[in-house]
Amino acid sequence: MSRRALVGLLVLLALAALLPFLLSNYRVFQLTLVLVYAIALLGLNMLTGYNGQVSLGHGAFYAIGAYCAAILMDRWGVPYWATLPVAGAVCLVAGFLFGLPALRLEGLYLALATFALGVSLPQLLKYNHLEEWTGGVQGIVIIKPEAPFGLPVNADQWLYFFTLAVTIAMFVVGRNLLHGRIGRAMVAIRDNPVAAQAMGVNTALYKSLTFGVSAMYTGVAGALGAIAVQFVAPDSFNIFLSLTLLIGIVVGGLASISGAVFGAFFIQFVPNIADAISKAAPWAIFGVFLIVFVYLMPGGIAGAVQMASAKLMRKSSQSETGGAKQPVTPKEVVP
Amino acid sequence: MTRGTMEALMHQVLAGLATGGIYASLALALVMIYQATHLVNFAQGEMAMFCTYIAWSFLNAGFGYLPAFLLTVAFGFVLGVVIERVVIRPVERAPVLSVVVVFIGLLVILNSLAGWIYTYTIKPFPSPFPEALANPLMSPHELGSILVTLVVLTLLFLFFRFTPLGLAMRAAAQNPESSRLVGIRVGWMLALGWGLASAIGAVAGMMIAPVVYLDPNMMGGILLYAFAAALLGGIDSPGGAVFGGFLVGVLENVLGAFVIGNELKLAVALVLIIGVLVVRPSGLFGRVHVSRV
Repeated sequence: MSRRALVGLLVLLALAALLPFLLSNYRVFQLTLVLVYAIALLGLNMLTGYNGQVSLGHGAFYAIGAYCAAILMDRWGVPYWATLPVAGAVCLVAGFLFGLPALRLEGLYLALATFALGVSLPQLLKYNHLEEWTGGVQGIVIIKPEAPFGLPVNADQWLYFFTLAVTIAMFVVGRNLLHGRIGRAMVAIRDNPVAAQAMGVNTALYKSLTFGVSAMYTGVAGALGAIAVQFVAPDSFNIFLSLTLLIGIVVGGLASISGAVFGAFFIQFVPNIADAISKAAPWAIFGVFLIVFVYLMPGGIAGAVQMASAKLMRKSSQSETGGAKQPVTPKEVVP
Repeated sequence: MTRGTMEALMHQVLAGLATGGIYASLALALVMIYQATHLVNFAQGEMAMFCTYIAWSFLNAGFGYLPAFLLTVAFGFVLGVVIERVVIRPVERAPVLSVVVVFIGLLVILNSLAGWIYTYTIKPFPSPFPEALANPLMSPHELGSILVTLVVLTLLFLFFRFTPLGLAMRAAAQNPESSRLVGIRVGWMLALGWGLASAIGAVAGMMIAPVVYLDPNMMGGILLYAFAAALLGGIDSPGGAVFGGFLVGVLENVLGAFVIGNELKLAVALVLIIGVLVVRPSGLFGRVHVSRV
């Protein structure tokens, strides 16, 4: 990471730490959800963006994480922070297991299978033999945690800081994972599975592991989301949740870590703005954005930002040399 | 087995055949698009839903059922052609992810458009079939929708088997390069295929709407069964899709009534889809796909 990027990141973090003291509780709650979505999107991006396995059903893992947290807190009085590792572990296993048959499915077929998972999950959650645990159609209400150790912040602010800390930890781990050996293997499998295998990458293992880790991220996000919203019910985890996550990574930027954050802001705030027009407007806008981004901005917001900053850098380095020695790009050499 | 349960089973099987016919139509629409472009149309259900709303508008404007039906089928055809030409064409050769994302975009646009124009209130939709079709085993609508499905399938078979246009469309789907060499306009054939698929979807929508009622999300579960049907029969086999549709309809009804209860009906589709994909990806009648690396 360059020095400039590091400074920028620190400024952003300082800003993120300051914001809850400047905004209303409702805005703080919304920002908490942005962080939650960012974690979920990073998870989906690992699978779909980096590893090339299309998932239209990640809302299912979000739901499993959310229900883990809610059931643990509601039935056994487990403290909220302790539910996250459990939700993560359950989703890791669930994702790994779903990833095993998914190994045989390529592209469209995997999209189909995960779509089926996303559509049928709410019905499974309502199943009456599970009602004792899941609360059936009614769902489960959770109590919002208060700030510990007598810290001078209210519950919303505390939850925001707690989520921020988890988000930072998850992103640091995610970055190291994606920028290292494992990340390279994941990208290699996406770009050319046969060549990756020939290079000694255990394709099957990496693909199902990616599925597991991706589900784990989304599950932790689900648990945090449940704690923030204080409520889980089957119908809040319908197929449109999965599609929202897909929209987040496409608009934010596929195969990009910062894209997860951009996407999270997009899926949290755009519906709020669009709701003013009509109840149906958010999805119409989402749909149009999806198609327009595929055609015109396949790199998403993260790609556009990167391009803009690269242009800016080039300009500033040109003005430093007085513009005398303009670098000749290969394009200008080849007619 | 007592006589009573036998009769109940019979009822469920016949009711399953009725909904199965609708799954079969939608599965056939999916297979047609798959054969032509090797894409699975995730927006197929929403296209059908939107057409059904158009039919509702015609009926409300005072049209009789038959004119409204025919106008809606025509609308569905045009909708399919326009969508192929405008939205799908640019991503025809794009990676899978882009294609899936465009389909999802279409799905949510059509869904929200219907909600925007017609609101999310559930509306009743009339069944055209007279009481004269009533019999002790099936309701008029059940019998009528099976008949309609069979008529649609026969017409399609005749079209593809005996008309020059049908032949050209089959050729364009099977071997685009050679077809182009003999003067078939392959791009337009694909668009026509989309139009036909969308028109079939419109018929399916109008047949299922009296059962599930008209609402922007009515096709979610039905599309899932259609996927299961298409995969079970073999995603590249039209006859297989039809057989798969009827089979899934019967399975869903019988399992729902006697084994697992109505609450887990969608899980049947999920298990079927994943099961078929894992155990026998080519389905019952599909060609086994071999690729060279």
